[in-house]
Amino acid sequence: MRTAFINTLNDIAEHDNRVWLLCGDLGFSVVESFGRRFPERYVNVGVAEQNMTGIAAGLAASGKIVFTYSIANFPVMRCLEQIRNDVCYHNLNVRIVAVGGGLAYGYAGYAHHAMEDLAVMRVLPNMTTLAPGDPVETELLTRAVIDRPGPCYLRLGKAGEPVIHTTRPDVQIGKAISLRQGSDGTLISTGATLGLAMKAATEFAAVGISVTVLSMPSLSPLDKDAILTAAKETGKIITVEDHGLGGLGSAVAEVLASSGLHTCFAPLYFRAEPAVVAGSQNMLQSSHGITESGIIAAMLSLSES
Amino acid sequence: MKSQRRLPAAQFAAKIRAHALRMVHISNASHIGSSLSMADILSVLYTGVLRVDPGDPDWPERDRLIVSKGHGAVIVYAALAERGYFPVEWLAEYCKDGSKLMGHVSHHVPGVEVSTGSLGHGLPIGCGMALAANRERKPHRVFVILSDGELDEGSNWEAVLFAPQHELDNLVVIVDYNKIQSFGAVKDVLDLDPMPAKWDAFRWSSLEIDGHDLGQLESALSRVPFEPGKPSVIIAHTVKGKGVSFMENSLVWHYRFPDKDQLSKALQDVELPS
Repeated sequence: MRTAFINTLNDIAEHDNRVWLLCGDLGFSVVESFGRRFPERYVNVGVAEQNMTGIAAGLAASGKIVFTYSIANFPVMRCLEQIRNDVCYHNLNVRIVAVGGGLAYGYAGYAHHAMEDLAVMRVLPNMTTLAPGDPVETELLTRAVIDRPGPCYLRLGKAGEPVIHTTRPDVQIGKAISLRQGSDGTLISTGATLGLAMKAATEFAAVGISVTVLSMPSLSPLDKDAILTAAKETGKIITVEDHGLGGLGSAVAEVLASSGLHTCFAPLYFRAEPAVVAGSQNMLQSSHGITESGIIAAMLSLSES
Repeated sequence: MKSQRRLPAAQFAAKIRAHALRMVHISNASHIGSSLSMADILSVLYTGVLRVDPGDPDWPERDRLIVSKGHGAVIVYAALAERGYFPVEWLAEYCKDGSKLMGHVSHHVPGVEVSTGSLGHGLPIGCGMALAANRERKPHRVFVILSDGELDEGSNWEAVLFAPQHELDNLVVIVDYNKIQSFGAVKDVLDLDPMPAKWDAFRWSSLEIDGHDLGQLESALSRVPFEPGKPSVIIAHTVKGKGVSFMENSLVWHYRFPDKDQLSKALQDVELPS
């Protein structure tokens, strides 16, 4: 996803001189190409995320569209008050980009695990919160945020995520993307778990269960209509995400709880339990039940209830 | 020439001090001491230094002023009203229900660049504004007023490292060094001395002045940058509560507001001798 992001950003910056990129001394082998091509609009601010975010606000207040880039929680939590007060309150065109969403930096340990970022960002005023599901969504959302007024958060995976979309989807901020249509239930995914949802859907199909799969890269604004339509048409909703409480599952629950619909609902998300041992992304994600078999088990339990 | 320019600044300072005292009296608000300590700094900025147009607050080439010590809101609003950004009558509505004039500096008020109130935010934003102007070779300057207690915030020191690295000589910091922070004397909480040596070590060009001497303020602010290629810092030695005899150098006036009798005495203190 990060490759799709930087290639797209370079392409946009070629034609739009409002676009700046700030990094917090991270982004080795990713951001250098931007720095070489647009040195007047690139700054490595050093290991200083609070200052990076304040600088981004100052640049944006001067008419720029400013991307801040770092790993996992660093551009989000380390400088959360700068995001809240300086960026969101002033409704400035700052785009915060975090690579390593979820447990993508598995072995690196809890400091590098982004498990709460979406929960924090989606509640901020004016903030558009996005977690693309694959490199195709990454490219299209990177383009979409350019002219989006106000702040945006773009939460990416790392490198090497599979392409899920076989055709170029219609990606719009605030809209779900439908990848499969079914009638027995709906899987909704945010971020890099989209591939898992699609695999689970294929397995269901093999045993005669047809499910809708929605990619929901936009957590705020949220496509409430798509959630309600899925609830009415399929009766069962399972959410899956590489994130803890407060993300997609909570957002969908907020919509369902006030809908008056009696929807069978199973949110799959990380427990609020930091890693205590080293592990790969797959191993750690599995320990939270975010797996194909976890999705299948959730569907079976909804069918029994 | 110099004496001609000092008079308006002195009158301006007397007026905004009186406004500020009335505002905290009416609204039972805190922070009068911190407001009075930067009254003279603001007066010199708004009567001669800042290239701004109150009729066109968004003029792209205006100088930017960020008051990072956002709790000094009353004196900032008073200065903006006296400079013509909005009617002086608004000041009486400070902190009233529905007023634009919130208790900490708000960008919803004409003439305010950025909202502040949580300390340590202004200088990073100022760096961004200065960087934009610097890279595009625009003529405007960015002024940031910091409190001394605010320098406890680590975010400032990230920005203090950044500005000389990028040769932001269009950036000017003024430290309102009144020696008293919210809960005690600066030297007893986190001592900032030697203040100029700290900034010099970070490759800023520093100047210490008396922050209530209008001539020194005018002289310092009119010759920034002090050195080409370096950001400038003016360490303005000030007195918390300056101008009101019973408020000077007193911690309680970070919190307390004057009652009717105290207001009357304070207004006499800040009046210019006729």
